Amino acid sequence: MRRAYRPAEHRLGGGVAAGVAEHLGVPVLWVRVGFVVATWFNGAGVLAYLLLWRFLPLRGPDLSPGLEAATRRGLRVPGRPGGVEVVQTLAVLAVGVGVLLLVQGGARPGGSMLLPLLVVVGGIAVVWRQLDDAAWQSWFTRTSGGGFVLRVAAGLGLVAFGVLYLLTQERGLSAVRDLGLALLVAVVGLLLLLGPWVVSLVTDLGSERRERIRSQERADVAAHLHDSVLQTLALLQKNASDPAAVATLARRQERELRSWLYGEEELPGDSWAAALRDVRADVEETHRIAVELVVVGDTPLDADLVAVVRAAREAVVNAAKHAGVDRVDVYAEVGQGVVEVFVRDRGTGFDPDAIADDRMGVRGSIVGRVENHGGTARVRSGPDGTEVALTMPLSQPAASPEEPR
Amino acid sequence: MNPLHVLVVDDHAMFRTGVRAELQKDPGVVVVGEAEDVDTAVPAVLATRPDVVLLDVHMPGGGGAEVIRRVLPQAPEVRFLALSVSDAAEDVIGVIRAGARGYVTKTISGAELVDALHRVASGDAVFSPRLAGFVLDAFAGTIEVAQVDEDLDRLTEREREVMRLIARGYAYKEVAKELFISVKTVETHVSSVLRKLQLSSRHELTKWASDRRLI
Repeated sequence: MRRAYRPAEHRLGGGVAAGVAEHLGVPVLWVRVGFVVATWFNGAGVLAYLLLWRFLPLRGPDLSPGLEAATRRGLRVPGRPGGVEVVQTLAVLAVGVGVLLLVQGGARPGGSMLLPLLVVVGGIAVVWRQLDDAAWQSWFTRTSGGGFVLRVAAGLGLVAFGVLYLLTQERGLSAVRDLGLALLVAVVGLLLLLGPWVVSLVTDLGSERRERIRSQERADVAAHLHDSVLQTLALLQKNASDPAAVATLARRQERELRSWLYGEEELPGDSWAAALRDVRADVEETHRIAVELVVVGDTPLDADLVAVVRAAREAVVNAAKHAGVDRVDVYAEVGQGVVEVFVRDRGTGFDPDAIADDRMGVRGSIVGRVENHGGTARVRSGPDGTEVALTMPLSQPAASPEEPR
Repeated sequence: MNPLHVLVVDDHAMFRTGVRAELQKDPGVVVVGEAEDVDTAVPAVLATRPDVVLLDVHMPGGGGAEVIRRVLPQAPEVRFLALSVSDAAEDVIGVIRAGARGYVTKTISGAELVDALHRVASGDAVFSPRLAGFVLDAFAGTIEVAQVDEDLDRLTEREREVMRLIARGYAYKEVAKELFISVKTVETHVSSVLRKLQLSSRHELTKWASDRRLI
C-alpha cells in the first residue's frame, strides 16, 4: 500500500492539501476546494485538515546526496509554491469564508461558533507551522527576540479574541456553563500554544539518535570517496605521462561521481535508458573516447530494443576506432510507438557503399541487425563526419512520459 | 567591435581563475570582475553592468537562480549564461526559468564557451545537447486541446526538429544546413523555445522538473 506524506516543500500551510493531492493524483486546487467546501458542513474540513496535519508524516524532498547537500548549504533554492498558487488559495479561502458567513448569519444564531473557532485555529496554525519546518525550528525554540514576541502575541491575541467572541456570543445559557466553556477553550489554547516547546523537549531526546545516524552517513561518504575518488587520483598520478589514460580515468570518475551525486543511478538492467548508459560507460572505458549521451524517455527493454542497443554500440565503437575524434554524440528518443537512436561524430567520413562485402562492421552488425528486427538503419557519411540513424517500431506502447518512474 | 564584458560568478576560486585564463586568450572578451556568492554577485553585477554574467548554478546564498531573480528587476539588460557541474534536470530548468538565456556544463571547451558568451550577449539562446534533451522530455507527451495557453505549452513541429538536431550534437550552423533554413531562423526557433521554457505554465513542466531526477 502506498503511504501518504506531507511534502516538506511546495506547501503553503501544513502541506496537507499538497500531500493528499499527490497521493490521489489530482490537482492540489481541487483538494483545497474540497477542504473549504467540507468546512461549510459543521467545520468538517477544518477538522479533517487538522487531523491529517497531525497524522500524515512529513517527508523531506527525496534528493540525491549532491543536491541535498547543495540545498542544505543554501547553494540552490528549494522548490516553493508560485505566487499564482498563493493567490489562488487565498481566493478559495475567501470565497469559503464568505459562504460560511452567509450560512451562519442566516440560519442559527446559536451555531456561530465556527467563525471564532476558525480564528483560533488560525492563531494556533501560525505557531505550529514553525515547529513543523525543520529549518525554522531552531529559530522557533529561541525564547527571545522581536519575531518571537510578535508571533506569540499574535497567537495569544487570536486565542483571546476567539474566547471573547465565544463568550459574548453565548446567550441564554447559564453562567456556569459560560465559565466552564471559557476555561476549557483557554486551557486548550494554552496547551496548543505551549505544545511546540513540549514537543521540542521530547525531540531533544531524538537528537542523540540523529547524531549517530549522521556520523554513520559521514562514514559512508568517506568510504565512498575512498573507493572511488581517492583510487582514481592515485591512478592518475601513476599514469601522469599518458594523457589518454588520464583523460579516460578522469572521465570514468566524473561519470561515477556525477551519477552518485546527481542521481543518474543505474536502474535494473531491463530499462532502455540504462542499457544505453551501460554502453556509454563500456565504450568510454575500452576505447578512450568521450560519449555524450542524451536520452529522452524510457521504455522496458525487449529483444528488438536489445538489437538496437547493440547496433548503437557498434556504431559508437566504429566512430571511436575509425573517425579519429575524441567525442561522439549519441541521442536516443522514445517517441510515439518508435524509438530512434542517432550516433554522430565529426571525424573523417567514409563511403558506405565502398565497404567490401566481407566487412561485417556496418553492414552486418548495424544495418543487418536492426533490419532483422523490423527496424531501419541509415548511415550517412561525408566530410562533416558520420551519422548513423537507427529506428525501431515499438511492439507495445511506451510508458507515457507523464507516468511516474 | 567592442570587447564583450563578462562577469564570472562561481564559488570555487580555482574554477574562476581557470575560466578567466581561458577567456582572456580571446581578445574579444574582457573579464570585468568576479564574485563568489549571491550576496557579492548582485552588487558586482549592478556595479560593473557586464554584457553577460557567467553564472554557477550552485552557490552560497540561494544559487544562481537567486542572483538572476535579484538582478533582473534592476538591470533587465544584463544577460545570464548558466554554467554548472550539476546535470540535474531541476537545476537546469530552474535556472532557465529564473531567466538565464542558456546553460552549458563546466566541461565545455574554451572556444565553445567564448562562442556561447557572444551568442547570449547578442540576445540568442544557448542550448547544449543535454538541455535540448531536457526540453524534449519536458514537452513530450500529449496534452489536452482545451488546455489554457497552449501556444506556450507545446513546441511547434519545427522547434521540435531543431531541438532534436541540437540534442544529436549539431551546431546551429549544421542545424541550418540540415533543415535548409538560415542560421538566423535557427536562432529564432531556439529563442522561441527558451521563451516557452521560461513562461509556460504547463502543469507537466513543473511536475516533470520535480519528478525526474534521473535522465
